[in-house]
Amino acid sequence: MSKRYEWTAASPSPRSVRPELVEGRRTLRAPVAAALLAAAASSCVTVEAPDKPIVIELNVNIRQEVIYRLAADAKNTVEENEDIF
Amino acid sequence: MLKTRTRLIAAALVVAGGAIALATPALAQRDPAYAAARAAGQVGEKIDGYLGVVGASTPALQAIVNDINIKRRALYAQKAQAANATLDEYALTAGCQAILATKPGEKYQAPDGSWQTRGSGPPQRDARCP
Repeated sequence: MSKRYEWTAASPSPRSVRPELVEGRRTLRAPVAAALLAAAASSCVTVEAPDKPIVIELNVNIRQEVIYRLAADAKNTVEENEDIF
Repeated sequence: MLKTRTRLIAAALVVAGGAIALATPALAQRDPAYAAARAAGQVGEKIDGYLGVVGASTPALQAIVNDINIKRRALYAQKAQAANATLDEYALTAGCQAILATKPGEKYQAPDGSWQTRGSGPPQRDARCP
């Protein structure tokens, strides 16, 4: 699923197509037009939705937090049980 | 009179003996066979908090390792429960500390699973180790 926006130098600008709309929205249109022109330099903008679900791997962070919490306790355990460490 | 004094001395000896017996577990030393295997690099500290045989295994080495690991597991289980953590979490944390506590010349397992000899510098440890 993708949407493709193309803009070439040959295409008529929105300003020349519908000047009456442009007049009322000058402040909004100017940045949009600038963005479109910038995009035109790289010929097209492609927006694609990932086909796989986005999975955030929390396991590593949780484990590290737990390890930090247990560190002092585990250090004592190792030091106090020299016979098996 | 003499009998009373003897009894007092005997009582004092029993009390002293008891104190030594109580203090002994904290000061317990490694079994000589384990200490020798460790010094020879035949056994090493694994990432998961347990001891492993380095190189070729023999029944004697495996017996030492199994004995230590059973004791460690029981200790980890007890401590993990007290700290409200899982056995694996506690064991891994203890592994971080046990690897850090190795002496130069002793073996430990690097994060890639390979056996390394502890040098004078810090050991290679799991990125999660504190």
